[in-house]
Amino acid sequence: MSEFELPVRPAVLTQALTRRFGELVAVDRLDLEIASGIIFGLLGPNGAGKSTTVKMLTTLLPPSSGRATVAGHDVVREPAAVRRQIGYVPQLISADGALSGYENLLLSAKLYDVPRKEQAARIDDALQFMGLTDAARAMVRTYSGGMVRRLEVAQALLHRPAVLFLDEPTIGLDPMARHAVWERLRESRTRYAMTVLITTHDMDEAEQLCDRLAIMNGGRLAATGTVAELKQRVGPSATLDDVFAHFAVGVITEGGSYRDVVNTRNTAERLG
Amino acid sequence: MTSSTLGTPPSGWVNRHVLGFGRHSLAVAQMEIAKIGREPTELLTRAIQPALWLIVFGQVFTRTRAIPTGTMRYLDYLAPGVLAQSVLFSAIFYGLAVIWERDLGVVHKLLVSPASRSSLVFGKAISAGLRALAQAVIILALAAVLGVRLRTDVMSLMGVALVVVLGGALFSTFSFVIACLVKTRERFMGVGQVLTMPLFFASNAIYPLSMMPPWLRTISALNPLTYLVNALRALMIEGGEGTAGLGTDLLVLLAVFLVLVGIAANLYEGIVR
Ligand SMILES: Nc1ncnc2c1ncn2[C@@H]1O[C@H](COP(=O)(O)OP(=O)(O)OP(=O)(O)O)[C@@H](O)[C@H]1O
Ligand SMILES: [Mg+2]
Repeated sequence: MSEFELPVRPAVLTQALTRRFGELVAVDRLDLEIASGIIFGLLGPNGAGKSTTVKMLTTLLPPSSGRATVAGHDVVREPAAVRRQIGYVPQLISADGALSGYENLLLSAKLYDVPRKEQAARIDDALQFMGLTDAARAMVRTYSGGMVRRLEVAQALLHRPAVLFLDEPTIGLDPMARHAVWERLRESRTRYAMTVLITTHDMDEAEQLCDRLAIMNGGRLAATGTVAELKQRVGPSATLDDVFAHFAVGVITEGGSYRDVVNTRNTAERLG
Repeated sequence: MTSSTLGTPPSGWVNRHVLGFGRHSLAVAQMEIAKIGREPTELLTRAIQPALWLIVFGQVFTRTRAIPTGTMRYLDYLAPGVLAQSVLFSAIFYGLAVIWERDLGVVHKLLVSPASRSSLVFGKAISAGLRALAQAVIILALAAVLGVRLRTDVMSLMGVALVVVLGGALFSTFSFVIACLVKTRERFMGVGQVLTMPLFFASNAIYPLSMMPPWLRTISALNPLTYLVNALRALMIEGGEGTAGLGTDLLVLLAVFLVLVGIAANLYEGIVR
């Protein structure tokens, strides 16, 4: 039987995925299907539930109800299998500032059971690919924001994940640094045939980087489609900003708790 | 598909679970140890307090003979207690590092990796134990200078080193558990301060159990620090001995440590919620 005749399994599939924090429903019966091999953008105002969704998909947070599979594995019943298949760059800073870039990568390689004899070659390759070879031995706390993000992406890619999750990877980065991260993401997607899920507030990023988008609003899925499809649904000459305003309407003032703002600012500050 | 090894766990149950545990613990410990080496001044500043205990408290009470320590000179009695105290103090705030990593996002990265939670906790505990050991070297040198009757044979020294590492691992994991429960720096500092002194005074670090009222003696018997002090006293000092026998002390320390690792491994995920 040929591999091509099998129906293509979605990289991510959620069914009525829900997460409550006490009274608050942070993610509300989310149905999402992300085809293999694409870059998928998750948009939404502060507090829309993007990070909570990503945390459930990466096994960090158990869903309150509903289910989700990543690379064909259930996030609740087979968390270990999911973890082997994914890479994750959290909204916060995940590289260890007290270690060098090389050490951060080495730790990832070991925790992901990258075969010992391949470790050095993969790390060197990753450093070169991310333009960090010269900074490899420097402590990460001396890195610029763009360098930290590129290092984190490199760490997340070291074990060649099937699905890569990036939570606001370019927040606080200048345009040059942002473009550098996009470039690397596009290229690694092709290189490793992986699926990428990225959350963002940046319409530019959504438009230039993502093959498909979903807009979340108050925990719910407000719309999904390609950039062109979404624009068409709003109006003949709509921009992506218009699309966002259209589907995320009404929550701009209520969404985003103090805690979100603090987190976002902290991240931006550390990267900036 | 590009790679056949993509996402496949290492083959074989033993390789995956037993050796995997070892590899992952070692990887974490190695990185933590690299960090210790970069902060040598911290080791020195942390040695000031135990030095004061030995030099001031120890000298004064050795002279006054106010504390009955049998045939042992008070300074000899005190030295293992001060060493145990430094192990406790250097480890009990370990949880702050865990909270720091949580506030950043380093924990998130560790927790999405395939490494078992217990291997992560264990690796960090061992590195904290080695940090305590580095501290111990300074204190032992100081004790030698002050004329404490130390055992100097290799077996005793290795025994002391082992017990110090075990003690540091135990109290850092205790601290880890508290960090997972309280989650914020402020609350952690509060709890840490409240716990440290009672742990210290409800032990036989600076006075024998026989001096204590019965209720305090009962608490001491439940305090892991007492067993750490006992073990160190037996291993470290010429003619020194604990109250329960070295075997019992080591067993208690090891059992408490392993139970704490189990608890911390279970609570670890909760820290990011
Ligand atoms: N651990 C938590 N406890 C309580 N409430 C939480 C927790 N985590 C998230 N929330 C709440 O859930 C809602 C969704 O948060 P989430 O972080 O998923 O939003 P987001 O879309 O990622 O926002 P941002 O764009 O600001 O990152 C918010 O109202 C937030 O305050
Ligand atoms: Mg978020």
